Amino acid sequence: MDLVFHALADPTRRAVVQRLGKGEATVSELAEPFDMALPSFLKHLGVLEKSHLIVSRKSGRVRTCALQRESLMAAERWFTEQRALWQNRYSNLDGLLAKMSGE
Amino acid sequence: MKVDLRFEFLISNEGRAITVHREFDANRQLVWDCHTKAELLDQWFAPKPLTTKTKHMDFRPGGYWHYAMVTPDGQEYWSRIDYQAIKPIDGYTALDGFSDEAGAINPDMPRSKWDVAFVDQSERTLVTTVVLYSSADDLQKAIGMGLKDGLTSTLERLDELLEDFRARQE
Repeated sequence: MDLVFHALADPTRRAVVQRLGKGEATVSELAEPFDMALPSFLKHLGVLEKSHLIVSRKSGRVRTCALQRESLMAAERWFTEQRALWQNRYSNLDGLLAKMSGE
Repeated sequence: MKVDLRFEFLISNEGRAITVHREFDANRQLVWDCHTKAELLDQWFAPKPLTTKTKHMDFRPGGYWHYAMVTPDGQEYWSRIDYQAIKPIDGYTALDGFSDEAGAINPDMPRSKWDVAFVDQSERTLVTTVVLYSSADDLQKAIGMGLKDGLTSTLERLDELLEDFRARQE
């Protein structure tokens, strides 16, 4: 799950991930909603591919992309766990503060 | 926890940082003390069912907090937070890292920079913690390590939840 969060930090890349959540798509289909030069868009796809969030295959002159759900799920799981850790830690602090304020 | 206390947990800084916003129902001095005094940190810092054990605390620039999170079966996970800048009671910055029991920093694990800010919010206090890694790679490395421990504590919480649920069924 290298670099998953870096990949997801960008709105264009998040939109691509969301689109691929609905199913495979070609590069031109993916690029269509964005007002962006193709080389810039391909850079975004490169980041997503490097982070293993997506895979692509070329058939003739058409490149098709697909989502790697496992990578996304691992990142989500980590995020949920870290969130729970802080929530748990801070709920301890709530208890301590209530005790101290009461004294 | 009161349901209306603000809590946000975000990945920020282009995937290099975790930002946590949390509101507390107490004045700023009290919340500050809980973050900066060992005898108070020991009472809340580790998530349940882990506990916190301080070995050394010197809260001033150049000083450090050396502590362990201890599992119910007695396993100790040591860390060390080196304080850099301190501005009572507005905030502090520090360098976090995994260490051994003697306090030696583990050079193979990435260190993160903590930037903790305390702001009045009428009767409450808002604490913002930014945990910044020097690269997205470093954050990933920390993630890889945290995965197992986090999962264990999730499973333990689930056990608690089920116990509570069973108790109510009876």
